[in-house]
Amino acid sequence: MTLKLLSLEWKSFVRSKSFGNNLAIKILMGFFALFMILCFSFMGIGSFYILRETFPEEDPLAFFNKYLVFYLTADLVSRYFLQKMPVVNIKPLLYLPLKKRKVVAFALNKTIFSFFNGIHAFLFIPFSVALLIEDYPFINVMGWYLAVTAMMYCSNFINVFVNNKNGIFYAVLGTMIVFGVLHYVDIFDVTQLTQPIFQSFYYKPYLAFVPVIALVVLYKMAFKYFTNNFYLDMGLSGKIESVKSEDYTWLNRFGHVSIFLKNDIRLLKRNKRAKTTLLMSLLFLFYGLAFFTNSIDAYKGPIWKMFAGIFVSGGFLLNFGQLVPSWDSAYYPLLMSQNIRYKAYLTSKWYLMVLATVLSTILSGFYLYFGWEAYAAVVVGAMYNIGVNSHMVLWGGAYLKTPIDLTSNKKAFGDKQSFSPKLMFFAIPKLLLPLVIYAIGYYTLGATFGFALVASCGVMGFLFKNKVFNIIEKVYKSEKYKTLSAYKESN
Amino acid sequence: MIITTNLSKKYNNKVVLDIEHLEIPKGQSFGLVGNNGAGKTTYFSLLLDLIQPSRGEIINNGVGVDKSEDWKPFTSAFIDETFLIGYLTPEEYFYFIGELRGQNKADVDVLIAQYEDFFHGEILNQKKYLRDLSKGNQKKVGIVAALIGTPEVIILDEPFANLDPSTQIRLKSIIKGLTETQGVTVLISSHDLLHVTDVCNRIVVLEKGVIVKDLETNQETLKELELHFAN
Repeated sequence: MTLKLLSLEWKSFVRSKSFGNNLAIKILMGFFALFMILCFSFMGIGSFYILRETFPEEDPLAFFNKYLVFYLTADLVSRYFLQKMPVVNIKPLLYLPLKKRKVVAFALNKTIFSFFNGIHAFLFIPFSVALLIEDYPFINVMGWYLAVTAMMYCSNFINVFVNNKNGIFYAVLGTMIVFGVLHYVDIFDVTQLTQPIFQSFYYKPYLAFVPVIALVVLYKMAFKYFTNNFYLDMGLSGKIESVKSEDYTWLNRFGHVSIFLKNDIRLLKRNKRAKTTLLMSLLFLFYGLAFFTNSIDAYKGPIWKMFAGIFVSGGFLLNFGQLVPSWDSAYYPLLMSQNIRYKAYLTSKWYLMVLATVLSTILSGFYLYFGWEAYAAVVVGAMYNIGVNSHMVLWGGAYLKTPIDLTSNKKAFGDKQSFSPKLMFFAIPKLLLPLVIYAIGYYTLGATFGFALVASCGVMGFLFKNKVFNIIEKVYKSEKYKTLSAYKESN
Repeated sequence: MIITTNLSKKYNNKVVLDIEHLEIPKGQSFGLVGNNGAGKTTYFSLLLDLIQPSRGEIINNGVGVDKSEDWKPFTSAFIDETFLIGYLTPEEYFYFIGELRGQNKADVDVLIAQYEDFFHGEILNQKKYLRDLSKGNQKKVGIVAALIGTPEVIILDEPFANLDPSTQIRLKSIIKGLTETQGVTVLISSHDLLHVTDVCNRIVVLEKGVIVKDLETNQETLKELELHFAN
């Protein structure tokens, strides 16, 4: 029986739409997985020696344990966004003559072998091996390894529970970000609380049984939870929320554009995938810290300031904009058979992006702390984003043929569209060009001139808005049938 | 109203639709029947310019549908759930379609008030998004949305499927009202021979993309159709 279920799994894997019918993409994905595995193994083996090299006064294991709490959080976050819950595939098995317990056990056990659990082994095993080579006692290392691995699996089952409880998730994420920032600016160090816990697994290896028992309990709880909710109207159905109609009459002042603007705001508010994009845009705000704090050597060049400026102010523009018109893929036939002005449709998306860029620029005022040049880079980046990049993403979108499933986060990261050469081509003016322009200014007359050059590019683009929109409109029209059929295939 | 000439659609050299000549006059209720794969949805998609014909053309009220977009203001359709916006409530969806078709909120309110009994209390003020409604209720929303903005041509693909018996009967009287008193041209496709003979004054049978029967509806039509499909 388990074999039969396994063969079903295998088929659903190799025949899934997102996996693509394209052999090239399958191979590419294989390489990507291999690459990740290699990266992690390298990190595992190398990290011990690198840590000893860079922080000779600290014990590598202690150092590792210090930051383990953030690693655990990052793991939980990525699981929340990416790991699929096992329940979805159970539905067709409900009425078949199978024992409930068997199906539930299969679904749960399947998650054990998920990529998200396996990948950690490639970090922790090599690291433990390195510890053993360096004469750390076997029993202690074993205890530590067992405890950490058990915790990773715990997070697997915790994820099963929190998957639909956004409140808890964002609370945890928010707390950890606050702790991270407090740790960075030396106000409060949460690792002083957590490090001893992880250390104790090493010093008292028998303590490893605590996370192991926690894991067993969590597994039993998950098992019970699913067996009890093994009905269509309980655990297996998505919950239906009670909602209110929203008119947004105040948007009517935008004329024709308001029709779409209202919908776009609802789109962002009511769909999981869109909300993820909003969250990612928010994270982009802090991306600049990597550059302006001078903490990363590779990013110290002056040109990188401009790069940061583009990203910090344009988080939403780049994340949301690059997927226009895919956001509307689920009902594209409706839009195409209605009396629609493309211009109003596109202008609505443009307004959204401009609004978000201005907002990001205001919110990133805290970069003033790193000097006027840092904030100037953000403001200039915003001007370039509004003037040039907003057009570029809309233009590039016309060639985008990947539909979006609004209600799920699958594929929220790394769509196969990212391999499209046409879209790669659009990345040049988006990201590379402003750097080049800035560099020209910077190395001739100095930073101020560089900023002025990039800013004037933005203003120029803004002035030509109507002209560019006419071109984009034509492209959308000529791509209409191809887009429709591509969206239909996956619907 | 709608003139189809020499129309054909091929996918990889396989002809899925081939109509030499078909003329649908204004105010006709036109029924399209045929087994799966007969080309019904293909024809409707061509009418809405959602796919390109391999050959030939459709003229809707003097407008070549793949040449100009001027047919859009007087044509409306409900083909499938891709015509619904899942994250809107039914009310929001009606107002959205209304705005696209130049109707303000009050106009839309007046129109949907007429269809209160068609909705059977399951659509308005339900505090649900369209994606959370049942298939049948989604269909009700789609059909009524297609009536917004006094269109002259209405295209409905399988409107009776998924509807409960009361709603089917109400839908029939709505369609009759539209064609008989308002002169609207209504095109529907259906697998239900009884309904389609009830409501349409002309029925065309498609088979593998070709018209094999073109009937004025009378007492004998249902029998004739049943006989045709039985063989």
